[in-house]
Amino acid sequence: MSVDLNTVKRVAGLARIKVDDAQAEKMTGELNTILGFVEQLDEVNVDGVEPMTSVVETTMKKRADGQSDGGYADKIVSNAPVHEDNFFTVPKVVE
Amino acid sequence: MTDLTKLTIAEARDKLAARDFTATELTESYLGAIESGNEALNAYIAVTGDIAREQAKASDAKIAAGEARPLEGIPLGIKDLYATKGVHTQACSHILDGFKPEYESTVTQNLFDDGAVMLGKLNMDEFAMGSSNETSFYGNVVNPWRRNGTETALVPGGSSGGSASAVAAHLCAAATASDTGGSIRQPAALTGTVGIKPTYGRCSRWGMVAFASSLDQAGPIGRTVRDNAILLKSMASVDAKDTTSVDAPVPNYEDFIGKSIKGMKIGIPKEYHMDGIPEEIEALWQQGIAWLKEAGAEIVEISLPHTKYALPAYYIVAPAEASSNLARYDGVRYGLRVPGNDIVEMYENTRAAGFGDEVKRRVMIGTYVLSAGYYDAYYLKAQKVRTLIKQDFDNAWTDGVDAILTPTTPDAAFAPGEITDPVTMYMNDVFTVTANMAGVPGMSIPAGLNKDGLPLGLQLIGKPFDEGTLFQVGEVIEQAAGRFEPSANWWSK
Repeated sequence: MSVDLNTVKRVAGLARIKVDDAQAEKMTGELNTILGFVEQLDEVNVDGVEPMTSVVETTMKKRADGQSDGGYADKIVSNAPVHEDNFFTVPKVVE
Repeated sequence: MTDLTKLTIAEARDKLAARDFTATELTESYLGAIESGNEALNAYIAVTGDIAREQAKASDAKIAAGEARPLEGIPLGIKDLYATKGVHTQACSHILDGFKPEYESTVTQNLFDDGAVMLGKLNMDEFAMGSSNETSFYGNVVNPWRRNGTETALVPGGSSGGSASAVAAHLCAAATASDTGGSIRQPAALTGTVGIKPTYGRCSRWGMVAFASSLDQAGPIGRTVRDNAILLKSMASVDAKDTTSVDAPVPNYEDFIGKSIKGMKIGIPKEYHMDGIPEEIEALWQQGIAWLKEAGAEIVEISLPHTKYALPAYYIVAPAEASSNLARYDGVRYGLRVPGNDIVEMYENTRAAGFGDEVKRRVMIGTYVLSAGYYDAYYLKAQKVRTLIKQDFDNAWTDGVDAILTPTTPDAAFAPGEITDPVTMYMNDVFTVTANMAGVPGMSIPAGLNKDGLPLGLQLIGKPFDEGTLFQVGEVIEQAAGRFEPSANWWSK
């Protein structure tokens, strides 16, 4: 399988990365090289093989359903580029 | 005083205990070495002298009180991927500009609880995506090793390039690193240092900047096998904050050093004889086999038939997980924000400016293989191939193999800019990536020099949670091969 310019632009949109035409053009070639490389997997017969879910055989650990941490909203927002009264601030989303 | 930086961790520990010098003197020696050598190597991107001096002072008090902990006063470099409270933590990406965590990663906390001193944060490939440390926002790291008779700069490997370069150049006693496809073992091999990627789940990933969560694992790079054993003992732990960390006792890995390997079964996988690999690598491998045979091990040829599919499967699984993990960098919660006309444009502008080319490539691949209609053909298939890769290893263990010996890398260090094609660069991990895909431990030990005088490494792969055997066998290789140091210190001013 390979990707064309429009697919690359669509995927860039899904990935929320702005690309101009020249960048998208360059990426198309690079992504096709990588997709060509992974195409080798077509040689492998995976009939009846379970997909890997964990390399270590284990049952997912569960913790008690209760609050274990928190109460420091100021620390949570301290690294935000813009914040106000312990809220993250973003451009207007709803008119 | 500078010769204190020549000591291994084991030696420094003993001499500190014997009061031959103080932790403060040891730390000052390393800070001096960084001051004079880092400009040429660019291994550290932040030096934390004040913290180091404070910690060293506390260590001296502990030693004076007879309460020395396992790593008391040992100066370490920390890969920029580990969250360190109040200190530069950006995984060397522009998108995390100015990020200073309010919390400490479990691995660094474990090290500090055992008395370690932090000298600073080490350069790395952006988000650990790279094999040459050329993708860092903070510029290339330079390898202290050069080809005989030349002054051409060489890469230290990656992604833990800063860690490997700093350890090889004695700018720290050892360093933390991390390994998703070979990021500890490949740079260790290219710099003549020792590095181990433990079993998936051995160390907590909490507070490590996530790349590919099912593959990422913390580990050390040090100058000797024993130093790796000492460090891993402190780094490993079960942690309620990482449900994938495993609740199994952490052995005293140092106890395995010096134990005989007589009667041990060492597997030599025939699929690792690959076309286009230099003869020197093949010869080094044969030398390693001879050393282990001499030490009484039984050498058996084994087959790991899905080896060649590990790298292509990795380049589906790792980007897929990366595209998901890196979705958090949106200009809202931390780091860089580039404004836009609306929120979506703000996201797009931020991520376009904040991510480098290699990171963008991988996020794009990951987004594509996970997008509607392609999930089964790519991601699901790759995870099935991964099951087969793990079965290959399981079969070897069932047949009684104790450890597997391979080369670490397909070649020695290269020059920056020498490899421009992404897939050719990815081939650097061809021998190391299998261990990540199967979750098993792997260690690189320097074993010789090539015709240009550059170090080459051998890799040992072990059973899950059997790091002890790797230290045991690794020490035999180290004893036989000797240790390797760059021929001249050209980097110090």
